[in-house]
Amino acid sequence: MTVTLAWIAVALIIITSVGLLLVRDWRWSITLLAIQYIGIFVLMLQLWPIGMASVKVVAGWMAAAILGMTRSGLSDENLAEENTWPRGRLFRVFAAVMVLIIVAGVTPSVDTIMADAGFAVTTGSLLLIGMGLLHLGITAHILRVTIGLMTVLSGFETIYSAVEGSVLVAALLAVITLGLALVGSYLLIASNSTGTEPA
Amino acid sequence: MNAPTIWIVAPLAFAIVLLFITNQRSLGILGGVFAVSLAAIAQFVPIEEAVQVGTVSLKIDSSLTVLGRILLIPPEEGPLLALIYGSGSLWFFGAEASRTATRIVPFGLMITALMVASIAVEPFLYAALFIEMAILIAIPLLTSIYRPPGRGVVRFLIYQTLAMPFILLAGWLLAGVEASPGDLALAAQSTAMLGMGFAFLLAIFPLYNWVPLLMEETSPFIVGFLLWILPTITIIFGAGFLDRYSWLHSSPQIVIALRSAGLLMVVSGGLWAAFQRHLGRIMAYGSIVETGFSLIALSLDPKLGIPILFLLIPARALGLAVWSLSLTVIKENVETMRFGAAQGMLRITPLAGAGMVIAALSTSAFPLLAGFPARLALWESLARVSISGALWMGIGIIGLLTSVFRSLAVISMAEEYTTWELRESPTQVFMLGLGVIGLFALGLFPQTVQYFLSNLPAMFERLGR
Repeated sequence: MTVTLAWIAVALIIITSVGLLLVRDWRWSITLLAIQYIGIFVLMLQLWPIGMASVKVVAGWMAAAILGMTRSGLSDENLAEENTWPRGRLFRVFAAVMVLIIVAGVTPSVDTIMADAGFAVTTGSLLLIGMGLLHLGITAHILRVTIGLMTVLSGFETIYSAVEGSVLVAALLAVITLGLALVGSYLLIASNSTGTEPA
Repeated sequence: MNAPTIWIVAPLAFAIVLLFITNQRSLGILGGVFAVSLAAIAQFVPIEEAVQVGTVSLKIDSSLTVLGRILLIPPEEGPLLALIYGSGSLWFFGAEASRTATRIVPFGLMITALMVASIAVEPFLYAALFIEMAILIAIPLLTSIYRPPGRGVVRFLIYQTLAMPFILLAGWLLAGVEASPGDLALAAQSTAMLGMGFAFLLAIFPLYNWVPLLMEETSPFIVGFLLWILPTITIIFGAGFLDRYSWLHSSPQIVIALRSAGLLMVVSGGLWAAFQRHLGRIMAYGSIVETGFSLIALSLDPKLGIPILFLLIPARALGLAVWSLSLTVIKENVETMRFGAAQGMLRITPLAGAGMVIAALSTSAFPLLAGFPARLALWESLARVSISGALWMGIGIIGLLTSVFRSLAVISMAEEYTTWELRESPTQVFMLGLGVIGLFALGLFPQTVQYFLSNLPAMFERLGR
């Protein structure tokens, strides 16, 4: 049952991470990010008790809320998508498929190295890392960079939970997730500024 | 009372209080005096030894337990703390002159405390988490909320953040290698992970493109602080890896990789600097060369390399402090720091111009300046193991020297009959004057710093003994 649930979480992560690459509306991006953390939570349940695993989802949702609330208060003019963002959806789907193929290829060997974390957990985390890196590679937009970094880190946290169960590490990683969201918000506000400091 | 509370928790708490102070002078003095006090306590009050003060007996414990893990500052690390906080005070005292005190003093103190925590945490591989927190705090230090961030800040955030997963995973894999030393595949995987992590953290070629970008976008004084503290502590953290896993340092491949990476940084940084037409970018490449020197020192026989590594630190701190303060003063008086705009600046900011040139010469191993003794020792030691390596190091230094003489030519190239029009404030003149004197003093009397440095190698159990 739990293995089936884990594969459902992997499917959810595929949908959300590919969705994050495709959608252009920031509301959808934040929603998909929040849903992605549910998938991560389910994967973490394979390795950690529910109390520890819920730290990830709570920190992730708080981070998504911070980003969403900041973005909602800013005008759309200054934060329009940059021209360098590859516009073709077909291109992004193609790149995502490439990541999926690579992940499928390396999962067995990585799973062996990572203390047999389980195929579902390894696949899910590698997908998150791959999609996050792809995201970082094709954008310089602050919100997207923050979401990309959070995706990479959440993938790493998932796979790292197979080998590290320390409360301190879980707490510090949660602090880093929240810190990243705060820094992303700070940079979003700065991006929207006019460039003149008050006297 | 315990050491982590004094050198980690107290600075963090004090930095939060400083966030509410807006007076530049007060902030500079408070931050500087606090950092100097911490350095003095670290140097003169022994850890784990009872000290009699009147009728009271005081003892500083070395450890603090947090959530089942330990922050540990053993007695051997006292001089290192003195060096870190003493060097940090250079930036805090200079903050008023650079008019960045409201940002650099509180955030700088927080970053320093977190970097000290990264050295203190046990198991030591958790250091990556503290370094990442310091990186996150560096973002509001680098950017103003009233100005859109540049590409350099975003790249800095991405590259430094990507380092953390690599280091944490490498730490776990290295533990596996210890358990089964015969597993060569696992050893190769863990080394590759470690290499990637440090390549991101130390901005090793080709991952250093954010450094010149930051120097163009942000206050040189703030970037100078980050270019000092982040690589310095990261190198010590890296040396800790080599110390704990002796097979890493005894592996000839690792030694060659360290030396090659160091030389690549020295050569590429020196040559790129020679062709730059922006004063800030030249400093960026100068700091890249400095990191290269540290990597070369790590690749040498530890008996020689580790003392040289520590000898590089004070010169780097003072050199970057003077260089970055000089550039900040110059930047105040020109539109951009491009050569075209900075022509003849020596007539407007003579001491800043001189400070920039002398600090750059110090980085370029110019005799009688602070950087010279460490670089001479490094060059000599490198030549003993690799003549070609020493030659490449020389090429990098020549590149850097070329950039210094080009900068000097540009800032002294004023129109004929241009009058002297000094625009440096008394505080700036005082701080720059002190810094330049310090660069000469460290170059002429290098043995003075030995008082602080002589016991530092003992902090490494295997490398330093």
